[in-house]
Amino acid sequence: MSAILQIRDLRKVYDGGFEALKGVTLDIEEGEILALLGPNGAGKTTLISTLCGITEPTSGSATVAGFDIKTQYRQARELIGLVPQEINLEPFSYVGANLHFSRGLFGKPRDDAKVEDVLRKLALWDKRANRVRELSGGMKRRVLIGKALAHEPRVLFLDEPTAGVDVALRKEMWDVVADLKAAGVTIILTTHYIEEAEAMADRVAVIRGGEILMVEKTADLMSRLGRKELTVELREPLTEVPAALSDYDLQLSADGTALTYSYDTQAERTGIAGLMRAFTDAGIVLKDLHTSQSSLEDIFVDLVEEGADT
Amino acid sequence: MNLRAIQAIYVNEMSRFFRTILQSFVSPVISTSLYFVVFGAAIGSRIQEVEGVTYAAFIVPGLVMLSVIMQSISNASFGIYFPKFVGTFFELLSAPVNFLEIVIGFVGAAATKALFIGAVILGTAAVFVDLQIQHPFAMVAFLVLTCLAFSLMGFIIGIWAKNFEQLQLVPLLIVTPLVFLGGSFYSTTMLPEFWQKVTLFNPVLYLISGFRWAFFGIADVPVGWSLLAIAAFFGICLLIVARIFQTGWRLRD
Repeated sequence: MSAILQIRDLRKVYDGGFEALKGVTLDIEEGEILALLGPNGAGKTTLISTLCGITEPTSGSATVAGFDIKTQYRQARELIGLVPQEINLEPFSYVGANLHFSRGLFGKPRDDAKVEDVLRKLALWDKRANRVRELSGGMKRRVLIGKALAHEPRVLFLDEPTAGVDVALRKEMWDVVADLKAAGVTIILTTHYIEEAEAMADRVAVIRGGEILMVEKTADLMSRLGRKELTVELREPLTEVPAALSDYDLQLSADGTALTYSYDTQAERTGIAGLMRAFTDAGIVLKDLHTSQSSLEDIFVDLVEEGADT
Repeated sequence: MNLRAIQAIYVNEMSRFFRTILQSFVSPVISTSLYFVVFGAAIGSRIQEVEGVTYAAFIVPGLVMLSVIMQSISNASFGIYFPKFVGTFFELLSAPVNFLEIVIGFVGAAATKALFIGAVILGTAAVFVDLQIQHPFAMVAFLVLTCLAFSLMGFIIGIWAKNFEQLQLVPLLIVTPLVFLGGSFYSTTMLPEFWQKVTLFNPVLYLISGFRWAFFGIADVPVGWSLLAIAAFFGICLLIVARIFQTGWRLRD
């Protein structure tokens, strides 16, 4: 795998003096899905806009498949598709015409078969002769994706693809993204839904205050920073945590039927074996037990709060 | 040159025109007919011939220019303002196109529409008066150049405008007076000497004068000046547009 997108010390200072990007350096591998995770105002959209040519970088550089985004902007931009955060579509235009327009704008010859293919994949083929304003919100969002895909980009930017979208539609978007990845498209998506990054991304880049705090494989990140929780359901409810178990930091549920034990998966000793023995010794009968990994959300909140302290 | 992008923009802009083709066609026909009823028949019959041309015929070039200028500006300004308004402008900025290609697409479409309406007006006028065109090639050249130059101006207005009111402001406050006072409906020789001099500062005078010369061979100013004026105006507008795209003024955050 090679980096299809190379960002080097990219800075953006807006006219008012606000520094939205403080020297971002990042490599994105061909074919991967990278989630750009960060709170509102972290610089996610600015980074995408700068890479796509909508805002001019103050300094630094970036290349797409080796083409510089400033000096070789034609070659670079031909490879990029952008799905913006807002639903920006001409309400009176037709769905099919929208895709043909985008394709032409990116210098590709008219190709009815290709446009049909994209529309079918996005379940929009039946709507091709409809006006944009007749579509539902989810369909409009898919038209935006269709427009971005009409010129067959190798890199696709999805700026908060599921912001303000209901659960069913979010799942639908995830499927669309999975299909694109299968087709070999490199995808960079911004989100502040952590579960989205967790579900889709190969790697996660955490951005805050215009700086990339960390970039890591989603799985590594989860295991490195992840804590697990062991929940033990009890046959007989307890009123308090027995004294024999006081060595372990246990939380008793409100109804007294479950005990929760939190541990670090990476630690030398997790303490689970000892805990089990202690249960037996104390004569507590277990009904069931299960473990759960702390979500990326917890990790993310930890990270951002850590950053805020410094 | 990304010719396909130019074509895409042009076709997209023209499709909006064709969606409303009927009103694009009907409204100039009606307004032109009204002008002829009022100025040609009712008032014109009491006005003596202007340099050997009946008044009804005399106003035709001015009438065409008036509509073509206003149409060019409104088409082009709306054409570029609308994507900014609905937010689709990002696509133009992120596409592999340069400013010239964007301008050619938008201005070309706006000028085409204006040209179409100019032709409709001329056709309507021919129903009312016996039109003679002494220099048809010069006539077409003036018409095309005017459409292009004022479409460029409209393009600038569309980029500058932050709301629909501003879109109307320049045409209403500056262009309409200039066109009306530029000899659309009279020859400057009818004015007192002082005002004849003042009128020379009105750039639209040169356009209308040159255009009228192409019809009747009569002009308020030498035809060379007219050509020079429109070429200069075109050049200035192009420079402004180039500068706008260079700096990203009102285009990028």
